[in-house]
Amino acid sequence: MLLTLLVALLVLVCLLSLALGAVAIPLGQVVGALTGDPVPSNVENIVWSVRGPRTAIGLTTGVAIGLGGTLMQALTRNPLADPGLLGVSAGASFGIVVSIVAFGIGTLYGFIWFALLGAAAASVVVFVLGRMGRSGLTPVKLALAGIAVTAFLGSVTSAMVLMDVEALDRYRFWSAGSLAGLNGDVAVQILPFVVIGAVLALASAPALNSLALGDDVATSLGRNLALVRTQGVVAIMLLTGAAVAAIGPVVFIGLVVPHVARALAQAAGLGPDHRWLLPLSALIAPALLLVADIAGRLIAKPTEVQAGVLIAFLGGPFFIMLVRRRKLAEV
Amino acid sequence: MATKTLSPKSGAHFRLALPPLSGQLRPRLITVCTALASATFLAVAWAVSMGDFPITFTEALKAVVGIGDPGTLLIVQELRLPRAVVGVLVGFAFGLSGAIFQTMTRNALASPDMIGFTQGAGTAVVAGIVFGWTSTVSTQVLGLLGTFVMAALVYVLAWRRGTTGYRIILVGIGLQWMATSATDYLVARGMQFQAHAALGWLTGNLNGRDWSQALPLALTMAVLVPAALALGRLTRTLQLGDDVAIGLGTRVQFVRLALLVTGVGLVAFGTAAGGPIAFVALAAPQIAQRLAGTAWPPPLAAGLTGALFVVGSDLAAARLFPMELPVGIVTGVLGAPILLWLLIRANRAGSGG
Amino acid sequence: MIPELQAGGLQLAYDQRIVVDDLDVKVPPGRITAIVGANACGKSTLLRALARLLSPRKGAVELDGRALHSIPTRELARRLGILPQGPTAPEGLTVLDLVTRGRSPHQTWWRQWSKADEMAVHDALAATGIADLAGRAVDELSGGQRQRAWIAMAVAQGTPVLLLDEPTTYLDLAHQIDVLDLIHDLNRNEGRTIVMVLHDLNQACRYADHVIAMKGGRIVAEGDPADVITAENVAEVFDLRCQVTTDPVSGTPLVIPMGRHHTS
Repeated sequence: MLLTLLVALLVLVCLLSLALGAVAIPLGQVVGALTGDPVPSNVENIVWSVRGPRTAIGLTTGVAIGLGGTLMQALTRNPLADPGLLGVSAGASFGIVVSIVAFGIGTLYGFIWFALLGAAAASVVVFVLGRMGRSGLTPVKLALAGIAVTAFLGSVTSAMVLMDVEALDRYRFWSAGSLAGLNGDVAVQILPFVVIGAVLALASAPALNSLALGDDVATSLGRNLALVRTQGVVAIMLLTGAAVAAIGPVVFIGLVVPHVARALAQAAGLGPDHRWLLPLSALIAPALLLVADIAGRLIAKPTEVQAGVLIAFLGGPFFIMLVRRRKLAEV
Repeated sequence: MATKTLSPKSGAHFRLALPPLSGQLRPRLITVCTALASATFLAVAWAVSMGDFPITFTEALKAVVGIGDPGTLLIVQELRLPRAVVGVLVGFAFGLSGAIFQTMTRNALASPDMIGFTQGAGTAVVAGIVFGWTSTVSTQVLGLLGTFVMAALVYVLAWRRGTTGYRIILVGIGLQWMATSATDYLVARGMQFQAHAALGWLTGNLNGRDWSQALPLALTMAVLVPAALALGRLTRTLQLGDDVAIGLGTRVQFVRLALLVTGVGLVAFGTAAGGPIAFVALAAPQIAQRLAGTAWPPPLAAGLTGALFVVGSDLAAARLFPMELPVGIVTGVLGAPILLWLLIRANRAGSGG
Repeated sequence: MIPELQAGGLQLAYDQRIVVDDLDVKVPPGRITAIVGANACGKSTLLRALARLLSPRKGAVELDGRALHSIPTRELARRLGILPQGPTAPEGLTVLDLVTRGRSPHQTWWRQWSKADEMAVHDALAATGIADLAGRAVDELSGGQRQRAWIAMAVAQGTPVLLLDEPTTYLDLAHQIDVLDLIHDLNRNEGRTIVMVLHDLNQACRYADHVIAMKGGRIVAEGDPADVITAENVAEVFDLRCQVTTDPVSGTPLVIPMGRHHTS
């Protein structure tokens, strides 16, 4: 019931994303363009070449960030954790700036691979550092390692862009987080990462439910803690790495969406079950991202406000309201 | 007449008959504080004497108290000393403020730069740069305003028949993201030179700091540091949770508000003077806690760690790299490995492992 | 002086949900009182109100004739102690440190380790049998040891009235009895008034002088365990059929639940 409702909502948001913008297209013509009915050629062009890819990227990255955020909070057992903590955003930023400064790459199509590589490398470093020491991988250590690596990379990134004005220019637009100007190739580039990540994430749901009860209980329920955590971190790395590389560090969704999913699940009487929470997050996050993107197109016509900015301004108050209304369930 | 009882691991208790003073001595904590203070003093002395125009140690110290030729006096008193003093004060303020927030919320990640206060200052200053207000209002004033507005918002929005540390963190995170996004938007919207100036401020910089930055900060800290250290005793019960603390006679809401005001004051004036120098407020208390082997971030040691951290980083920024870097970059680059090393080395509970 | 703790016309609520309404209660001074009842019957809520952790919507809790909220909280903390359910200590905090913190209502900025502090901490560690764990970190202890460390903190507080919220939860049977024996000693040797929320009726009967049975935010019965814990009252309070016999060890009531598969 809840799932059906959310799927319907997401479909509606997707249609609106195709219809709204600098030029509004009636929903009938949007559906027509999608189903191959004859529509004016400029409509077909906008739907298929401009807003279509943009919507597809919003959908893909939204799913990725939603799953990644929920995984991150489950693994760290910390309701304040977001994928940024694993160093993903900082790694992607670093990768992009390196590609601009050192290799003179100027297009998103070119530097997305560097962003992915940076995100992956950063999260592997965080994960390995979090595992070092006698007590193994604990949530606090993982979080602190993530913060340390983020601070390190952030400093180096700042140093590079302060010295290179060209790099600063490209970096600051990516950094605000936007879906604008992305073509279909980007969606194709990130899709494999998101698919593999999503499969890993969904497969780990039962194990995450055990993990929520504490390390000892999880072990006694027959979970291999190291395996669960490795699987989770790999999934987060793939999912959020791909998303951040494509649209910038819009990780706030990764923090908010799991809370919304938990609230909805509780209202529907499902409880904190990750077999529900993960799919719910994967539906809520893209809807939120696309709504922010649509609002960004309409709010300051003829220019656009970046989706990342609007997400913070839509998600922030909502999040604060959630915090005020009820004691947020601690994971 | 002093009596002493020794107890394992936790240090020695002492009790004096006259004056009627008693308490607990933590030898390791005292050693750590002394070492940190000495190291900070050495770093300042080094910062004052080294540079393009080298001055000997003794000459520099003489110049500090006003003895020497006019050229040396100018370099020491007007250029190098204020910069070092601002570094010490900002570092101390950030470290102490981080310890306050981490203790108040019982969360190692809850430093003022994680719950929005610093980002409030950032948004205000960047807005000032992009909209050109900086010709009439100084960045210092904008930074102060930004922090205070943000802190007031966090407190008011987290208030619901009292506050809890948990709610303060969550509300703070929400506001922090909004402020960061607003800043990103302003940086993307502004002209290139404005973006450059904004990013420069956001990194945290001690370059060109003079007494006009040091003085307000020093005056504020003369009030807030003693207040923070005095409040430290009350946090000993707060660390056990609100219910236990109330049961032990702590006025939880009052103490939390007092801590918040003190911590925000420290971070606001620190940020106004030096910019949001990365990582100090988060890492200094955690480093101090691991050095001193305590179960909580020790306030004084955290402040000293922060001071050494900033002054040392500024020295490194000016001397180690081919071009002069803003201090905020070096604190991130140097601080991260230190925190990681402590984290990995830690092998007993209570060390964050 | 033996303190008198009582409440009249209490209405207790969380947000809009009223949990306890128009409740009067008087704690017998110098005795052990156990509050029993099914889950969510308001027993912990009542205990929290008696400890001023929850302010009543209506009515008042009084200690020696003065409303709790009119007594300065530090002064109150020297007369009434509370150990809430499932408290957590910072990682790495030593037992000695924790127990010492129980003395904070008696301390000032300049006097943080008086002779009385030292003796109270020493006695609390001895009474709870954890003196040799003083230097260990609280989070490294076993569940039973940890609970005793927290009780030691409350004992060191040195209050004539001590309130305990489910002090035996999460403990194995031996540790449960340990803790209850300890509470019994505190009452008999030091004359402290004790109020505790307990789940186990048989333990309540054995260790309490006075039992308060609650259901739906109201007191169903109170008094001597032998009068309160009867088959009829248990049926009403817990919706549970049972037989009540006599505990062969202590002579107090012993509740034997019947369940669906047995009949009398």
